[in-house]
Amino acid sequence: MYTVPLPRIGTDLAWRDAAKRLIGAGVSPEDILWDFDNEMGELFAIDTPLPPVTRRIKAPQSFVEMADWVVWHKDPQRFARLYALLWRLRHQPGLMQDRADADLAKLRQMEKGVHRCKHKMKAFVRFRDLRQGGARRSFAAWFEPTHHTVEPTAPFFARRFADMDWMIATPDVTAQFIDGNLTFHPGQPKPDLPEDATEALWGTYFCNIFNPARLKVSAMTSEMPKKYWKNLPEARHIHDLIAGAEAKVQEMRDAAPTLPPERVAKIKRQLRGED
Amino acid sequence: MSRLDLSQKLAILSDAARYDASCASSGTTRRDSRDGKGLGSTEGSGICHAYAPDGRCISLLKILMTNFCIYDCAYCVNRVSSNVQRARFSPDEVVQLTIEFYRRNYIEGLFLSSGIIQSPDKTMEDMLRIAKRLREVENFRGYIHLKTIPDAAPELIEEAGLYADRLSINVELPTDQSVQAYAPEKNPATIRKAMGDVKARKDVAGERSYTGKRGKRFVPAGQSTQMIVGADGSTDATILGQSTMLYGDYKLKRVYYSAFSPIPDATAKLPLIKPPLAREHRLYQADWLLRFYGFGVDEITAARPDGNLDLDIDPKLAWALQNRALFPVNVNRASKEMLLRVPGFGTRTVGRILSTRRYRSLRYDDLLRMGASLKKAQAFITAHDWTPGGLTDSVNLRARFAPPPEQLSLF
Ligand code: SF4
Repeated sequence: MYTVPLPRIGTDLAWRDAAKRLIGAGVSPEDILWDFDNEMGELFAIDTPLPPVTRRIKAPQSFVEMADWVVWHKDPQRFARLYALLWRLRHQPGLMQDRADADLAKLRQMEKGVHRCKHKMKAFVRFRDLRQGGARRSFAAWFEPTHHTVEPTAPFFARRFADMDWMIATPDVTAQFIDGNLTFHPGQPKPDLPEDATEALWGTYFCNIFNPARLKVSAMTSEMPKKYWKNLPEARHIHDLIAGAEAKVQEMRDAAPTLPPERVAKIKRQLRGED
Repeated sequence: MSRLDLSQKLAILSDAARYDASCASSGTTRRDSRDGKGLGSTEGSGICHAYAPDGRCISLLKILMTNFCIYDCAYCVNRVSSNVQRARFSPDEVVQLTIEFYRRNYIEGLFLSSGIIQSPDKTMEDMLRIAKRLREVENFRGYIHLKTIPDAAPELIEEAGLYADRLSINVELPTDQSVQAYAPEKNPATIRKAMGDVKARKDVAGERSYTGKRGKRFVPAGQSTQMIVGADGSTDATILGQSTMLYGDYKLKRVYYSAFSPIPDATAKLPLIKPPLAREHRLYQADWLLRFYGFGVDEITAARPDGNLDLDIDPKLAWALQNRALFPVNVNRASKEMLLRVPGFGTRTVGRILSTRRYRSLRYDDLLRMGASLKKAQAFITAHDWTPGGLTDSVNLRARFAPPPEQLSLF
């Protein structure tokens, strides 16, 4: 029996290393307990050192890539499910192409969940200016991801916002980017971030780019689910926009056509080259 | 008139920009700012940073440089004869808004268009100044989409292509006659020429010279256009025929369809109808079938004698119902081309079917797990444990999919 401790930060590498050793030594899935971030406590702590890397087992590249996503899922069974599939792959090398296998389908679905969460994080993190002066500007955001996606997503922000310092704080893991160095720290409660006047301008944009004649609320909520709204500054306007849409459109319809402004005649003459 | 502050200008100039459907920010070159000397990145697929209650993606800061315009296009809120409030951003204001929004992760970049002020060249020059400043002074590496002014000098349009990821020129309406009727100052031939110039310039940029060097980057995300649907009397067959020509002759990346929707201070020429959103949706579906599923325009529009798409069911289903003799198809043996024509099968499902059937004979439940919509597909396929029996040819098949007729009530 093995209990494998897996850290909250660096989960992917730790899982991959352990899985390599265990599968190489032929340890079957029933003999492994995966312990994420000490959640099991002392009770199950069996201190059996992991087997050394002896034999290297070949796993399909598509499995390795899928595992790199699935390890960040919030399902406590994720590590066991991955290992069980790896175990089956030893004798069923074509398994990864079988889109109808139930175990694989479940893992693919989890992979999709992490994909989506990562995508939403890229979309919905909202930085506030910390106005700290200094050579580099600094920004900070509070975000609540569904899965453990801060670590795999932070490099995206590092590639995009490389000329500024930033922090993305979450209850799970906090990422910091200072002077070009990306580091990860334990999660934290929501910090008090200073007000940022640009949020009001963003709200103005959000309200005015919306076309009240095309109200389609479900299309919005399917892509921007309500659970994200509390951390999106623009979301506070949604209620009023929906409530006022009908009236706005009616107002446009009711308005009688107006007479063109006086300058029109002159401009049209110019356009025809008569002036 | 009192001076407008930045927030008021933003309100006016985003309000004026919302009738442009495009907000795409995908398909350009991969860039990042890891060197620490600039801001921004583009990585293949763009990101929708928010959704408005109209269900549309907000990916870019989509604004007009100014909504003053000397033209008089009947469908447009900015036309010279309208009494809407006018505003104009300074180049610096546009640059600052873009950068500050980008730094807070609100947007992927800028989509800038403009009413025509003084002259087409002058307008285009001002837009260029903004794009150039973003790239060269701010070192901005995010996405830039410029709506070009077709009547501007070709050199200006060419220069725009060096800074922008995408250029667009709107054809506005599906036929030349409609453009003449509703956008009298615009010339369809000039619009096509401008699109042709951009295509030719992009072709050159893609070729290697004799030294093996590639030409300068030129609109890597290509060009797109927009057609307004429902303002004139064009049929869907006319519209889709026009799109096919645009995709073919000008290699456009996207044709956007924009349901004509009520605008403030509308002209008496165009009645303010409810925007034909269902029609717009069916056109996008048909457009998809043309580009990715191997359908031809005549096939898609043959179902109805009036040349319009069936609003109650999607165009692929409508085609299948008309061509039942070709069904059911066997998912374990049919060609890729035929699988793509099965209602309820997307390109991804078809890919999965092709890869999995090498290992086993597919059953009904397997298809479900692959993400096929069997509610639609089941009448048109056979699988290892499934045949549709008489379903394929049953007379009430269409009724199973079309929404029931609206209940009548006494009044
Ligand atoms: S040129 Fe026509 S469509 Fe463009 S802003 Fe002016 S009036 Fe509107």
